[in-house]
Amino acid sequence: MTSFNTATGPGRGTWISVATITLLAIAIAIANLGFPPDSALHVPDYAVALLGKFLCYAMLAVSLNLVWGYCGILSLGHSAFFALGGYAMGMYLMRQIGTRGVYGNPVLPDFMVFLNYKELPWFWYGFDQFWFAALMAMFVPGLLAFVFGWLAFRSRVSGVYLSIITQAMTYALLLAFFRNDMGFGGNNGLTDFKDILGFDIQTRETRAALFATSAIFLCLFLVITALVTRSRFGKLMIATRDAESRTRFLGYRPEKVKLFVWTLSAVMAGIAGALYVPQVGIINPGEFAPANSIEVVIWTAVGGRGTIIGPVIGAFLVNGGKSWFTGLFPEVWLFVLGALFVLTTLFLPKGVIGTLREGWIAKRGIRTSKHLEDGELALPKPQPQAAE
Amino acid sequence: MTRILALIGLLFALITTPAFADRATLGPIISEFATAKGFKGVEVVIDKLAATGDPEVGNALRALSAGNLRFRRSDGAVFIVTSGQALDPITRETVDVGTDDPEKFKKVRVKNSIRRKISAALSGLTLMSPSIDRRLRAASTIFETADASALEALEVAIKDEQNQDVKAAFEDARASATLASGRDDADKITAVKHIAARGDREALSLLSRFEGQSEGELKSAIANEIAKIESSLAIWANAQNIWYGISLGSVLLLAAIGLAITFGVMGVINMAHGEMVMLGAYTTFAVQEFIRATAPELFGWSLAIALPLAFLVSGTVGLIMERGLIRFLYGRPLETLLATWGVSLILQQTVRSIFGPTNREVGNPDWMSGAFELGQLSITWNRLWIFVFAMAVFAALFFIINRTSFGLDMRAVTQNRRMAGAMGIRTSWVDAMTFALGSGIAGIAGVALSQIGNVSPNLGQSYIIDSFLVVVFGGVGNLWGTLVGAMSLGIINKFLEPYAGAVLGKVIVLIAIILFIQKRPRGLFALKGRAVES
Amino acid sequence: MSNRVTSSMLYLDNVHVAFDGFKAINGLSMILEPGEMRAIIGPNGAGKTTMMDIITGKTAPDEGDVWFDGKHDLITYDESAIATMGIGRKFQKPTVFESHTLEDNLLLAMSGRRSIKTMLLDPGGKAEAQRMNEIFDTIRLGERRKDFAADLSHGQKQWLEIGMLLAQDPKLLLVDEPVAGMTDAETEETARLLREIARDHTVVVVEHDMDFIRDLDVKVTCLHEGAVLAEGQLDSVSADQRVIDVYLGR
Repeated sequence: MTSFNTATGPGRGTWISVATITLLAIAIAIANLGFPPDSALHVPDYAVALLGKFLCYAMLAVSLNLVWGYCGILSLGHSAFFALGGYAMGMYLMRQIGTRGVYGNPVLPDFMVFLNYKELPWFWYGFDQFWFAALMAMFVPGLLAFVFGWLAFRSRVSGVYLSIITQAMTYALLLAFFRNDMGFGGNNGLTDFKDILGFDIQTRETRAALFATSAIFLCLFLVITALVTRSRFGKLMIATRDAESRTRFLGYRPEKVKLFVWTLSAVMAGIAGALYVPQVGIINPGEFAPANSIEVVIWTAVGGRGTIIGPVIGAFLVNGGKSWFTGLFPEVWLFVLGALFVLTTLFLPKGVIGTLREGWIAKRGIRTSKHLEDGELALPKPQPQAAE
Repeated sequence: MTRILALIGLLFALITTPAFADRATLGPIISEFATAKGFKGVEVVIDKLAATGDPEVGNALRALSAGNLRFRRSDGAVFIVTSGQALDPITRETVDVGTDDPEKFKKVRVKNSIRRKISAALSGLTLMSPSIDRRLRAASTIFETADASALEALEVAIKDEQNQDVKAAFEDARASATLASGRDDADKITAVKHIAARGDREALSLLSRFEGQSEGELKSAIANEIAKIESSLAIWANAQNIWYGISLGSVLLLAAIGLAITFGVMGVINMAHGEMVMLGAYTTFAVQEFIRATAPELFGWSLAIALPLAFLVSGTVGLIMERGLIRFLYGRPLETLLATWGVSLILQQTVRSIFGPTNREVGNPDWMSGAFELGQLSITWNRLWIFVFAMAVFAALFFIINRTSFGLDMRAVTQNRRMAGAMGIRTSWVDAMTFALGSGIAGIAGVALSQIGNVSPNLGQSYIIDSFLVVVFGGVGNLWGTLVGAMSLGIINKFLEPYAGAVLGKVIVLIAIILFIQKRPRGLFALKGRAVES
Repeated sequence: MSNRVTSSMLYLDNVHVAFDGFKAINGLSMILEPGEMRAIIGPNGAGKTTMMDIITGKTAPDEGDVWFDGKHDLITYDESAIATMGIGRKFQKPTVFESHTLEDNLLLAMSGRRSIKTMLLDPGGKAEAQRMNEIFDTIRLGERRKDFAADLSHGQKQWLEIGMLLAQDPKLLLVDEPVAGMTDAETEETARLLREIARDHTVVVVEHDMDFIRDLDVKVTCLHEGAVLAEGQLDSVSADQRVIDVYLGR
């Protein structure tokens, strides 16, 4: 007798991905710290910093994939959650500077002294504690997403309308954070960080530790994605994506489904931002730029939305390409990125992983589904589970 | 013999310049500066000079004000001393005084109150100037300084004045001078009413100045008028805000109206719409560069030449986009969004490669520059023309959609594609043309928008979010909705600015729209019925 | 509340709906007793689908009363709440979750378990597996339970949707054109299926296929321009001159 129990844990593919990422991360950390710079096996510091940044981007792409790939919500504002998480961490790092700032004020960060603040604004309280900042890096993006989503999904705003207002949301935050009197450092943002949890943020060991932490969180995110999407709830997410109104007539509330996934995704994006900031050493309002959010979409699309590992591959491919191009032919990069958007949507709508997997399924003679009703793509499904 | 010649010369001078006739009277008065006792004494002399009504005293008074009027200790002769030279106080001819020892001269001392008196006296003198411009300027100086000493000169001048504008200005100035004078309260109250009738900010500040100094009935009359002016100014300020709002609304309308076609009518999410606007602006820039290089006399026509070209450039790019990309993505709005975003990046980089990354300045033809006053409103010509232009574009588009056969085809295709196809309409051709039309209109919007800001490769990015919000806010598929949406967003924005500041005002508007869309997902002017349910 | 309301499964009284002036439903009244199966016929635009939209909460009526199971005023509830109360609907155009397998389609339709927490954590049990096997036997699609719904034929999708209705186990089933696009054999099979279902459910069937309706052998209501034109046994309704004029005669 067939069992159709659904919550059977992450699939084999996810575990392989997680294991690969972990092994690579350990190898890179060892190669960076354990070998002298002149050794052939040495990984230079800048590469570790770059890969750490990519890991955070990958986390952001994974969080976007959860809402877009599985639930059909195309967010053009995910970098807002990322940046809010980043600001929470940045505020902690600012307060760790203490008297080592230019003005030497033990409580007020430099920019506040410069702007004639007399005392710390209330919303900066508590950020001298790491646990509080870490909590806020999840709570603030989560709260924003919850309120925004509650309003949007309840009134059935969906499709491109939703995309446009998510873009307006991040644009509004961009404008707001540019203002000096918001109390977040205005144009310059937060920077000149000194240490994190007592460790000097500049040392190789701290950087390697941040890199490793990012890798661990990325793996965690992949496991969460797999667990959620393979549960019965995950099936409902996909059903909501493909035929939202049909689920209502089965007694489901798609707005609640979306709200849950949306908020979860925002929290994940916030964590990604919080890990990103100590590695790049700055957070400024530019992170809210709508163009950033759309770039995240293309990472996810290139790798393969609706697949577990696709967004990670996409984030590394596109950002790797970006680093390479901007180093060699900076003026060509936007052409490449633009072409990537066009070509991916036209010729590779399932992304690299989706297309590979489809080819593999076709080879195995498994029937694939045809096109879906509302123009969304037939995405790779969880493999039917073999009877045990 | 020399005496006779001198006499003839004097006679001659008498005929040609009446001023010389007064030389005899002016000279002695000017030399009184040497004996004047303290500042009071100096003021008395100034009054005497002003009373002559002779413009020739100007040189001396101006020099006095600048601190250059000095008298010789030995004989009390008065000179203008500047950059080591002594000049005649009336004619400013160089006079040889034989010495440059500064100790031999003493400066006539002045202070700020005296300088004000001098400037009022000077304007009293220029009241008789043959130049209308100078008379007007003199009147406004007296009005602002409220100089009682000019009162009599003004009353004389008003009688002789032929020009109505100048006469009105003189009357304003007289009222102001009356307030400062020692006349009785009845006169002053009449003057207060006269000033108040101007209803502008200058009248307000003048009256406020006198409110403190006066008492009794006069004081309450002034307070009364101040209140009236303030309330009328508040109305004008609102009117000004509405105008700014309409002006911003026109800009939004121009940016969004092409989108109302491509997104509103066709349902295509064109993220490269802003770049169509940008292309139009760069077309204007290129046209102007070409005209400057080849035929500068045509510069006034540059915008008229740029309009059709911009329509063609953006329209062609739109046509290529539709044929080469968008038609493969119909019915897949989210993917259209991504692909057109890609196109927008490519267009931006293309323009950046050709024209450079920096801002380019597009010139304003004469008829687009400057401003005029309408009541208490200040209206710049370029804003006014952009408003007119936006309305014209709106009307033209409205006409095309509702009154032409192409518009009919367009509406037929959007409402029922298969039926339209069955009736012999070439639906794919209509799609392409509609998209080209929307893009072309964005292009001509770019011509107009190049007049109010710098032109850079990022120009489109700054309009795209606003444009989408206008269309969504107004209601998709409804041109009137776009018009009302653009205007109301413009006006709300401008009314918020004074309270919240420009940036925060914009943030508030954005949040308000986000909330509004959630309340009414289909915008202000929503289409109803079963057809839109799906 | 009148006795008719409390004793009925579905009670519609003087319902009106207009779209931009077009009166889709115009004074519709109808009563369905518990356990009854009713066939609805009528020309296109008679308001059949709009009536279902009103019952399932998709469209709010402009005026009139809609009561379910003698106690629920349906006008005050939305689609999800009405579905949970026990009204299931099969759409005119078969609407199944195409990127899911047949199993998963039934699984999502299965009654109970609507909260996010249980859906995330509870893996499901033997009772559900048993029910699913029964349903697959009923709709005769057990062979294809691992296939994706997108790969089914039109008629099979209709059956799958009926299977989903069964899994939902509602008190009242609204079935919109269940045999459209089916072969004669399939149509007969579907009629058998519906009669079987009607043994322990209240069912409303909208159809154009008169042979199928004859097969069902139930009370018939003919709608025209948003109101009831005739009601009764098929023979008497189809003999009604007005029904012949507006519908059958054509």
